[in-house]
Amino acid sequence: MNILVCISSVPDTTSKINFTDNNTKFDSNGVQFVINPYDEFGLTKAVFLKEENQASITVLTVGDPSVEPILRKALAIGADKAIRINYSPTDSYSTAYQIANHINSSEYDLIIAGKESSDYNNGAVPGMIADMLEIPFINACNGLTLEGNNLKLTREIDGGIENIQTKTPIIIGGQKGLVEESELKIPNMRGIMTARTKPLEVIESSDHTSLTESISFEKPAAKGSCKMIDENNINELVQELHNVAKVI
Amino acid sequence: MSIIVYAESWEGKFRKSTYEAVSYAKNMSEILQQEVKSITVGDISEEELKKLGIYGSSSVESYPNISKSDGKSVAEIIKEHAQNSKFIVFSNTFNAKSIAPRVSAKLKAGIITNIISNLENNNEPVFKRQSFSSKAIEAVKLNTNQGVLSIAPNSFELSEKQLDCKISVNQKTTESDLNIIGKDINKGKISLSEAEVIVSAGRGLKGPENWNMIEELADILGAATACSKPVSDIGWRPHSEHVGQTGKAVAPNLYIAIGISGAIQHLAGVNSSKVMVAINTDPEAPFFKAADYGVVGDAFEVVPKLIEEIKSLRNN
Ligand SMILES: Cc1cc2nc3c(=O)[nH]c(=O)nc-3n(C[C@H](O)[C@H](O)[C@H](O)COP(=O)(O)OP(=O)(O)OC[C@H]3O[C@@H](n4cnc5c(N)ncnc54)[C@H](O)[C@@H]3O)c2cc1C
Ligand SMILES: Nc1ncnc2c1ncn2[C@@H]1O[C@H](COP(=O)(O)O)[C@@H](O)[C@H]1O
Repeated sequence: MNILVCISSVPDTTSKINFTDNNTKFDSNGVQFVINPYDEFGLTKAVFLKEENQASITVLTVGDPSVEPILRKALAIGADKAIRINYSPTDSYSTAYQIANHINSSEYDLIIAGKESSDYNNGAVPGMIADMLEIPFINACNGLTLEGNNLKLTREIDGGIENIQTKTPIIIGGQKGLVEESELKIPNMRGIMTARTKPLEVIESSDHTSLTESISFEKPAAKGSCKMIDENNINELVQELHNVAKVI
Repeated sequence: MSIIVYAESWEGKFRKSTYEAVSYAKNMSEILQQEVKSITVGDISEEELKKLGIYGSSSVESYPNISKSDGKSVAEIIKEHAQNSKFIVFSNTFNAKSIAPRVSAKLKAGIITNIISNLENNNEPVFKRQSFSSKAIEAVKLNTNQGVLSIAPNSFELSEKQLDCKISVNQKTTESDLNIIGKDINKGKISLSEAEVIVSAGRGLKGPENWNMIEELADILGAATACSKPVSDIGWRPHSEHVGQTGKAVAPNLYIAIGISGAIQHLAGVNSSKVMVAINTDPEAPFFKAADYGVVGDAFEVVPKLIEEIKSLRNN
């Protein structure tokens, strides 16, 4: 079984978010980039599938050379091969197009992406890939088991869970539940050493049509100061919420 | 030419987020001088379909034999109706997320998600959206003539138009590429993404047995319950309640945080809430910097008092 894990490189969750160039670009100065948390669940799931079923794992990122450290990290966690498509993503469509193009020229059974990137929060790339390749798409996937060619999956829906059966090839948008938080793999010394000798291939990109364009950023308005209420005067809180804020 | 809305239904009924999408589309349609046409799938009564008119849909194409779980077929149907439409509007739910990107790819129409602004002028449509887990607002421009727009739930007002919605029922059937073998629906629970009030609790509650008072408070407020990440990681509460940067992003009118410290990753998923209340024993808890109202006190004393006060407000 050939598994492709699509990884986006995102600012660490503790990062301060700032913008430069007149608020038109994300300021990556001093920001630590990590494997998108949703993709980390998928990558660990792929490693488990490999241990059980002798799969081979390719990890892929569309990005400039600055994303290579996270690909090395993914190799250290257990991927066999890494691919970087040399293109700085400008929108979901152009990113999906590059990935779909690569998948078309290879043979993957299972394509694991994340439910969204924790930076731009679009959750659009995997669904677009599914459409371009005409394969099934399971969004917000929080469980996956493999029996031969058959896959049993669960996905989160608004207000519940749906159980699904399908055949490969498919693409999922994964999240917690594929594996648990406590099962996430941290690279060990041996992993880091072997990662250095694993292949990291760079592929040139083609056709860069962007359907949308990011034009500027702003920070949400700062909150006014917090009104403190005495713990012995909870009536005041209720009156405020009812009469002033009008939310209850 | 019309503006298309995907009118999502839940077991035969529409919810507020669907009406928000219809209202949003109607607002655009007044600028563009076009009508709003809804598309819906699943078995829905005529009476329910008519309700789309209340918020401004002039017509609805209903597909009773198609399941909303079949994202591929729903996207194909939307594409057929949207050939000449300038905008296709969704509310940003899980279901929409499995359909809207497909529609965008099929029509080669740019997709903008998590939208929080209205269409202002029609020459160069620019929309504002939540990004960086609500730590930033991004303005995005469409490079295409058509746009697939997914609006953030609970961010737009409903406005009543009282139109008579013309119903067309289509008997089309399709084959899904997914075989749905079962569903577990959280019966009777209010969904987090749509809740107007959320009562959320963290590790300060000490153990799962102490959630009774949280549920009681949520009950009397008609609220949904949520929790911090460690609480769902240890298994005190289900994963579906985990909010924050790596959980669900929510935007209720009121978010009450009880025994939650207010870590940056937690705040990232909740700071679009209109009003936030923090209850915490520690006056230095970071949540007080983000909240609108704060109570320094022990949750085990403050929450029962809060329940009593709300009950007496309700009784007056
Ligand atoms: C990559 C990454 C992603 C993360 N994503 C998320 C996320 O999506 N969501 C999330 O929530 N967290 C997330 N976290 C975790 C986050 O950093 C915090 O650890 C977490 O939010 C803390 O949860 P808590 O406030 O419940 O617990 P604690 O930090 O332990 O805080 C408990 C609070 O309760 C108060 N307290 C104690 N007793 C009482 C009492 N009797 N009455 C009232 N108050 C009391 C304490 O003063 C304290 O402030 C993430 C972390 C990382 C590294
Ligand atoms: N530049 C990228 N390279 C590889 N995969 C990506 C990239 N951007 C997004 N993805 C994948 O698509 C998922 C959803 O991302 P998004 O649509 O950007 O929110 C991510 O979790 C990744 O799996």
